[in-house]
Amino acid sequence: MATWREETVKVAGSELVLVRGGSGKPLLVLHDEMGYTGWMGWNEELAKGRELIIPLQPGFGKSPRLDWAWRHRDIANFYQNMIRELNLGKVDLLGFSAGGYIAAEMAASNPEQLASLTLVGPMGIKPDKGEIYDMFACTINTYLRASVSSQDNEFKNIYGGEMSPDQFELFEDARAESARIGWEPYMFNPSLPALLRSAANVKLPTLLVRGSEDGVVPEDCIRKYKEALPQAQVVSIAGAGHRVEIEKKDEFVAAVKKILA
Amino acid sequence: MQIAHFTERPMRYVPEAPVLQNRAFFGVSNKYFDAEKAAHDYNFYLDEACYCEEVGFDAVALNEHHGNPFCSGNVLTTEAAILARITSKVKIVLIGTPLPVIKHPLRAAEELATIDVISRGRLVSGWVRGAGSEQFFNNANPAYNREMFNEAHEFIMQAWTREGPWRYEGKHFHYRHVNPWIKPYQKPVPQQWIPGVLSPETILWCAEKAYPYLGLGTALGPTCDMWDMYADKAAELGYQAGPENFGYLLPVFCADTDEKAQELGRGFIYGGGQNAFSRPEHTLPPGYNSKAAIRMLANQPGGSWLGVSKAKMMAGQEDSWDASAYEGLRQKLIKGYEKVQENLQVVVGSPQTCIKKITDILGVIRPGVFTVFAVQGTVGDKDRLRSVELLGKEVLPAVRAFGKQQDLQGPFDRKPGSVKLAPGTKRLPVVDRAALAALNLP
Repeated sequence: MATWREETVKVAGSELVLVRGGSGKPLLVLHDEMGYTGWMGWNEELAKGRELIIPLQPGFGKSPRLDWAWRHRDIANFYQNMIRELNLGKVDLLGFSAGGYIAAEMAASNPEQLASLTLVGPMGIKPDKGEIYDMFACTINTYLRASVSSQDNEFKNIYGGEMSPDQFELFEDARAESARIGWEPYMFNPSLPALLRSAANVKLPTLLVRGSEDGVVPEDCIRKYKEALPQAQVVSIAGAGHRVEIEKKDEFVAAVKKILA
Repeated sequence: MQIAHFTERPMRYVPEAPVLQNRAFFGVSNKYFDAEKAAHDYNFYLDEACYCEEVGFDAVALNEHHGNPFCSGNVLTTEAAILARITSKVKIVLIGTPLPVIKHPLRAAEELATIDVISRGRLVSGWVRGAGSEQFFNNANPAYNREMFNEAHEFIMQAWTREGPWRYEGKHFHYRHVNPWIKPYQKPVPQQWIPGVLSPETILWCAEKAYPYLGLGTALGPTCDMWDMYADKAAELGYQAGPENFGYLLPVFCADTDEKAQELGRGFIYGGGQNAFSRPEHTLPPGYNSKAAIRMLANQPGGSWLGVSKAKMMAGQEDSWDASAYEGLRQKLIKGYEKVQENLQVVVGSPQTCIKKITDILGVIRPGVFTVFAVQGTVGDKDRLRSVELLGKEVLPAVRAFGKQQDLQGPFDRKPGSVKLAPGTKRLPVVDRAALAALNLP
C-alpha cells in the first residue's frame, strides 16, 4: 500500500489541503463535483510510478472557500498558481467530471504548464445532443446512483452503509460550492471550445475517457472536446457509467498509464 | 393590533391525485391549467379581498410562488396593483417580494412604489428569499440567495430614497442609470414586514433593522425561542422589542358549526397541505441554507427544516406510485390534520372555538400583527366567504378586545424600534412562557 498523507499548504493567497501519495513525477488529480472519495484502488495503481497530488477543492469543506471565485475558470487559475508556487514543474493533469472541467480550463489558459491532460467524463462544454445531468435538482443519493451503471464495485466501499453527519455535511458543502460556481450556465463555459485552441495549437497530449453507459455527461460532450482538441485520443470503456475509475479500474488505469508513458 | 387576511389563492380545480403522485405541488404539470377556471378563481380572490375590507380586516396579504398550483400568485405585484385600486382602506401586505428570485431590484422598486402611490400609501412591503423550489424555477443560484437578498434590499432602499440619477455597480446587480420616476407615497419608505419559518439569520437581520418578523404558522415553542432571540438582539442594539415587532400567521377556517368547519377545514391537508409544497430536493437546494443550519440538520437525528430531514435529503427518488396507496395516504393526512389542531398550528371551528384558540395562541406569543391564513383545497366560494364573514363579524371583535386588554400594539400603533432601552437595562419579556406551559400542548 502506498503511503499517502493529507497536508495543508499555503498557496496562491489561501490555505489548501492536499492529499499526496506515491513517488515519482507529479500527477495532479482533480476530483469531481461531490468531492474527494478517499484513496481507492486506482490511486494505489497509479501511485506505483507517480506522486499523486490531489487538492481538495476550495469550498468543499476542508480547504477554505475562495470568496473571489465565481467560475470553474477561477479555480483553474488558483491551481495554476499552486503549480507555480509549489514548483511542481510541468505536470501531468487528470480531472474527473467537474474536475475535468477545471482541468480543461487550465489547459486552455496555459497548456505549456502541462505535460499531458486526461479528462474523465468531463463537464465544461455544452453538448448539442443531450444535457449534463442536473446534480442540484436531486438528492445526494440519487446523484451518486446516477453516476454509476453498477454498484457492484468499489462504490459500496465509498457510499455504502449509513452516512455520518460529517460525510453528509461534506457532500452538502460540495454541492453548495458546485452550485456557487456552476449553477448557470450549468457546468459549462460557452467560451471553452474556442479557448481550447491554445491546447490544440501546442498539441498537448490529451486523453478523453468515457464510460459507455455514462448517465451524467452525454457522449456529445466528448465529441465536442475531440473537435476542440483534434490531437486527443478517445477511450470508451464498455459497460462503465460516469465513474469509470471505480467501475472498470483496470481498463481505466491501463489507459491512463499509456498516456503517462 | 393589526389583523390581516391572507390566502395562497389555491388553484381549486387541480385534482389531488397528480399532487399525491408527484409527492408535492411543485412539479405537477401545468397541463392541468384551465384558463376558464383560473379566470374565475383570480377574480374571486380579488372579490374576497374586498369583502375582507368590508367585514373589518385591517389588511389583506399576498404572496407569490412559482411553478406551483399550491398558490395562484405568480407575480404578486400584478394582483396587488389591482387591489390598490379596488380597495380603499386596507393595507396591502406583500409577504413578500422574493428578491433573489426575481433578480431585478430596480424593477421591483418601481412596481412596489407604483402600488404604494395608487393605493395612497397602503403598501406594506415584505421581503422573502423565495422558497427552495423557486430557485429552480427561476434559475436563481441558491448559493448566492442570502447575498442577493441583502444586496437587493439595500439597493431598493436607496432607489426609493436617493435623488437620481446615480450609478450602481454592486456584486450581483448593476445599473448604469438609477432614477426611477416613481417613488413610494409613504415617507421615507413603506413599512416592511418579514415573513419566515424561523431561520435565525433572518430573525437577527430583522432585529437589526427593527422590521416586524412574521412567523408563518410556526410551532409555538420554537416561535417563543426565536422571538427571544430577536428581543435579545434588539436589547443589544438599544431598543425594547414589543408586539409591534412580531406578527403571526395562522391557518384558520371558520364555519357556523364545529362539525362543518372540521369537514371543510380538511382543505388545509389537500394534496398533503403545506408539507407537500415541494419535495426535499427542491425545498433545500445546495447552498440555500447557511452552513450552520446544514450542520444542525446533519447532527440532529430527528431534526428537520420545513419538514426536510437529513434522512429525506439522503433518500433516493425512485419510490413508485401505487394508486392503491391513495386511501392510506389520505388517512395519514387526516391524522396529521388532527395533530396540527392539537398543537394549535391550525385552527378550525365555529366562531367560539376560533376565538378561544386564537386568543390562547396570542396570549403566548403576543404579536402585534395577526394574520389569518385562509383554507386551502377545493372549498367553494360560498363557504370561503362565510368564513371571512364569521371571522370579520364575530371573531375579529373578540380578538381585538383581547389585543387591547393585552396591550398588543401593532406596528401601525407603535413604531417598531421606538421604545429605547438604556444600556445595561434588562429587557422585558416578549412572550408568555407560563401561558405556553398552561396550554399543555402535546
